[in-house]
Amino acid sequence: MSLMLAADVNVAQNVSFYIIAAIMVFGALRVVSGRNVVHAALWLVVVLGGVAAQYLLAAAEFVAISQVMVYIGAVMVLFLFGIMLTRATIGDEADLNNKNWSIGIPVSLLLAGTLVWVIVDQYGGEVLASPEEPMSTTAISDVFLREGLVPFLALSFVLLAAAIGAIVLARKD
Amino acid sequence: MMSIALEIPYWGQSLLRVLGGIGAVLLPAGTIVYLFLFKMMSFMQSRLGPMEAGPFGSMQLLAEVGKWLQKEDIIPENADAKIYKLAPVIVLVSTFLLVVVVPFGPDALFTNFSAGVFYALAIGSVSVIGILVAGWSSANKYSLLGGLRAAGQLIAYELPMVLAVVGVVIQAGSMNLQQIVVAQNSGSIFGWDGVGFPFVLTQFVGFLIFMIAVQAELTQVPFDMPIAESELVSGYMTEYSGFRFLIFFIGEFATAGVFAFIASVLFLGGWGIPFSWFGWESLDAVDGWMNIVGPVIMLTKMLVLTGIIMWVRFSYPRFREDQLQRFAWKVLIPLSLANIAVTAILKVAI
Repeated sequence: MSLMLAADVNVAQNVSFYIIAAIMVFGALRVVSGRNVVHAALWLVVVLGGVAAQYLLAAAEFVAISQVMVYIGAVMVLFLFGIMLTRATIGDEADLNNKNWSIGIPVSLLLAGTLVWVIVDQYGGEVLASPEEPMSTTAISDVFLREGLVPFLALSFVLLAAAIGAIVLARKD
Repeated sequence: MMSIALEIPYWGQSLLRVLGGIGAVLLPAGTIVYLFLFKMMSFMQSRLGPMEAGPFGSMQLLAEVGKWLQKEDIIPENADAKIYKLAPVIVLVSTFLLVVVVPFGPDALFTNFSAGVFYALAIGSVSVIGILVAGWSSANKYSLLGGLRAAGQLIAYELPMVLAVVGVVIQAGSMNLQQIVVAQNSGSIFGWDGVGFPFVLTQFVGFLIFMIAVQAELTQVPFDMPIAESELVSGYMTEYSGFRFLIFFIGEFATAGVFAFIASVLFLGGWGIPFSWFGWESLDAVDGWMNIVGPVIMLTKMLVLTGIIMWVRFSYPRFREDQLQRFAWKVLIPLSLANIAVTAILKVAI
C-alpha cells in the first residue's frame, strides 16, 4: 500500500468535515437528551444545518440549499410553530422521557451499523475524485425532467394527495 | 479606456469580501434609517425630524446607537435566558448570510452560487426561527402572540415571493444572479439595445408581487400585524431593550436593504450598465472599473426601492390578520402561478 501524499487529500475539506461532524453528533445527542422541547428543536436545527454544510463540502450545492430551504426554513419552523401553539413551557419538563427509551439504543445502533456496512461494502477503500466545480443546476434539472420525469411526477402527485388528504382530515365542517 | 488590472492575493480577496459584506449590510441600514425613517417620514408629517446632532441631524443615528449600547441589559426573570440572547443574533446572521449571493460587479462578488436565487430564498426563511424563539423565550403573552403571527405571515408571503422569482429565472434561463444581470444588460428590446432589457418590463407582475412580499417579509406597515404597537406592544420585541433591541433594529433595516439589492438584481439590471454602450460582448469583456461603479449603481437602485418600501410604510394603515392571510393565499399566489404559466408559454413560443 502506497502512502498518500498531503497533496492527494484536500486537507481543509477533511478537517472541516470532522469538525462539523463532531458538532452534529453533539447536537444530535442534545436533541434526545434535552429536557425542553424548544431546546431540542433548536439543537435539531444545528444538526440539519450541519448536514447542509457537509453537502456544501461535497460540492453538492443544490442539495445543500434544498436542505436549508426544506428542513430549516419549512420543517423546523413548522415544528416550532406547532410546539408554541400547544405546549410552550419555559424551563425543564420532567416527563419528556418515555420509560421505553432504552429500546431506542439497539435500534439506532442497528440502523447505523447497516448504513456503515452498506457504504463500506459498496465503496470500500475507493477514493472518489473531488469534482472540479459543483454540479450545475441545469445538469440536475436535465436529469429529473428527462430520465426521471415519471418518478418526479408520481412523487408530486403523492405529495399533492397527501396535502389534500391532510386538509380533508383536519377540517371538521 | 483605462482598466484596473491588479492581482489581489487570496487572503486579500477574503479580507475584502468580509469587509465588503459588513459594509453591504450596515451601510444600507444606516442610510435607510437616516434618509427615510428620520427625514422622509418627518417631511411627510410636516416636521423637521432630528436636527441637533450634526448638520441636519445626520449624526443622530450615532447618538442613538451610543444610547442603546450604554443601556442596562435587561432579561425578564422568567425568560429562557440563553435562547433570549440567541434570538436577535439568529436574525442578524441570516441577513449577513443573505448578502453573500448579491453580485456588486463583474468580479466584486462574495460567492458565485450556480443556484443563487434559490439560496437567497432559502436563507431568507431562516430568520423566522429567530423571530419565533424571540417571542417564545421572552415569557410574555404579547411576545408569544407576536412571534406566532410573524411566523404565520412570513410563511404565507414566502410562497408568492418564491413563485414571483420563477418568472425571472425562466426568462433568464439561469438561477445564477450574475447570469441574470448579464442576461438583462446584454439583451435588447426589438433589436434596440440602448437600455439593455431589464426584466421589470416583461416581469412587471412578478416585480409587483415580489415587492409586496418583501414588504410583508420585513413586517413593515401595512403588514405589521406581528409587531402592532397599539395592541401587541411591539410583539416579539416587547421585552428587548438596549443593544439586543439594537440588533433587531439593524436587522430589520439591513434586511430591507439586502432584499432591495436582490430585487434590483432580479428586475432592474443589477450592477450592470447596458453592455452595448461600451461594446462589451460578454461578462469577461466587462472593464475592471465596473467593480467600482457597480456597487454605486447597486446602492442607487437599492435606495430607490427602499424609498418605495418606506413610502408605502408611512402612507397606509395596517391590514387585519384575516385580510392579510386572504391577500396572500387568494390573490398573490394564484396571480404568481398565472405569471409563471404565461412566462413559460411565451418563452417556448417565442
